[in-house]
Amino acid sequence: MADKRLSEADVVSELRNGMTVGFGGWGSRRKPMSIVKEILRSDLRDLTLVAYGGPEVGMLCAAGKVKKVVYGFVSLDTIPLEPHFRAARQNGTIEAMELDEGMLQWGLRAAAYRLPFLPCRAGPGSSVMENTPELRTVTSPYDDGEELVAMPALHLDVALCHANRADARGNAQYLGVDWYFDDWFCMAAERAFVSAEKVVATDDFWAEGTPETVKIPRMHVTGVVEAPGGARFTSNPPDYQRDEQLQKQYATTPWDEFADEWLNS
Amino acid sequence: MACAEAWRGDGEIVASPIGTIPMIAVRLAASTFEPDLLYTDGDALLLQEPIRVGASPDEPRRPEAWLPFGKFFDVVWSGKRHVMMGATQIDRFGNQNIACIGPWARPKAMLLGVRGGPGNTLNHPTSYWVPNHSTRALVEKVDCVSGVGWDRVPKGAERFHEIRRVVSNLAVMDFETPQHSMRLRSVHPGVTVDEVVEATGFDLVVPADVPDSRLPTDEELRLIRDVIDPDDLRSTEVTG
Repeated sequence: MADKRLSEADVVSELRNGMTVGFGGWGSRRKPMSIVKEILRSDLRDLTLVAYGGPEVGMLCAAGKVKKVVYGFVSLDTIPLEPHFRAARQNGTIEAMELDEGMLQWGLRAAAYRLPFLPCRAGPGSSVMENTPELRTVTSPYDDGEELVAMPALHLDVALCHANRADARGNAQYLGVDWYFDDWFCMAAERAFVSAEKVVATDDFWAEGTPETVKIPRMHVTGVVEAPGGARFTSNPPDYQRDEQLQKQYATTPWDEFADEWLNS
Repeated sequence: MACAEAWRGDGEIVASPIGTIPMIAVRLAASTFEPDLLYTDGDALLLQEPIRVGASPDEPRRPEAWLPFGKFFDVVWSGKRHVMMGATQIDRFGNQNIACIGPWARPKAMLLGVRGGPGNTLNHPTSYWVPNHSTRALVEKVDCVSGVGWDRVPKGAERFHEIRRVVSNLAVMDFETPQHSMRLRSVHPGVTVDEVVEATGFDLVVPADVPDSRLPTDEELRLIRDVIDPDDLRSTEVTG
């Protein structure tokens, strides 16, 4: 029986320059920040990030680790505009693939289903098509003749997510009201690493939730990291809410100054 | 009040407000003249009764059902939704920009990105809230099309596309003209038609007779002040 427990440093040692890395969570909610810290300490670069982005995208951009971002949005929720991501876009230091939020999910689903694309209504008519010339359209072969986007599969080398609980075999439990798209990120990836507040015995899942709270079964998970407080300063209910004060400090402090303190905390 | 009116007649669909004023508007409409509307707490719960805007995630609420983000696009694509989004720029056909100012490839000001605009507008009714009616917001040409306007609808999506209302701090507009060009529907009490025309960066269709927007009733005012927005967050988005 596989014991998939490892450390943040073990996860990061599996990453390579130029990889495509997907992040679970949504905005400034339930991001795998303890793994992000370890990436920030590494010399990785030229990453392509895929996310409903939050501070992980801003930080990795600020640290010069990013070549391209594929995103439905990048936001800190209570601070709508992510300052470092914004600067990277305005300074032209990163490439961007800006998608409708639903298109991003469709790309992950196509990758998970091993399909080249999924037909998608969102995109045509908007600037997404002009800004992203690699997108192609398909015409419905049925009588309606609707023109749709052939949303290409978004294959990930690695997915990184943060759950409330996990067991050593890789099952991941979500005790809050929303697990966002973490399951799709894991299924779209070659390898998926899930950090959790606590790694527990499988039978101990049921003390806190019913079987339907185990949203990601272990065949989709390569490794598990025990990371108490691992999503901070983003939220991970019911374990904790967002640390608004720390987030505000992050958003208003020059990156190097914030990073010095935060990476050593 | 004009924002709440945008949902009148919608019945049993999910009303999605983006921003404080639209959020107050949905909770008001659902508490009064449009009782079948469904709306969320901003997270994954559909509510039976309004909670105050700005409530912290820990405050108790009375849910009626569950709608996590993973299911949200299912609702969008099913069409059982009417969203009111913001618009940094909007043109005469209702093309909306919330993505960026300046060229997209290297924006002068990066804003929110296109977010859900491209998918929302092709799947279900969409309205817009513009808190600062001016020639910078209502423009001849938007820098980036997030939400798709009446003149850019792709073939086959016409059956699902409807830009219904634009509500600003000065007036209410709709697209009930032959070419779906923006039309002045009503002016808020105390605002003149000339002021609205002056503050609009394109030729607005102005009917001969433009009524005043409806004022809230005493009961609606009570709900806003005592129940939905006791902390007066509305005045951070609009004055007067």
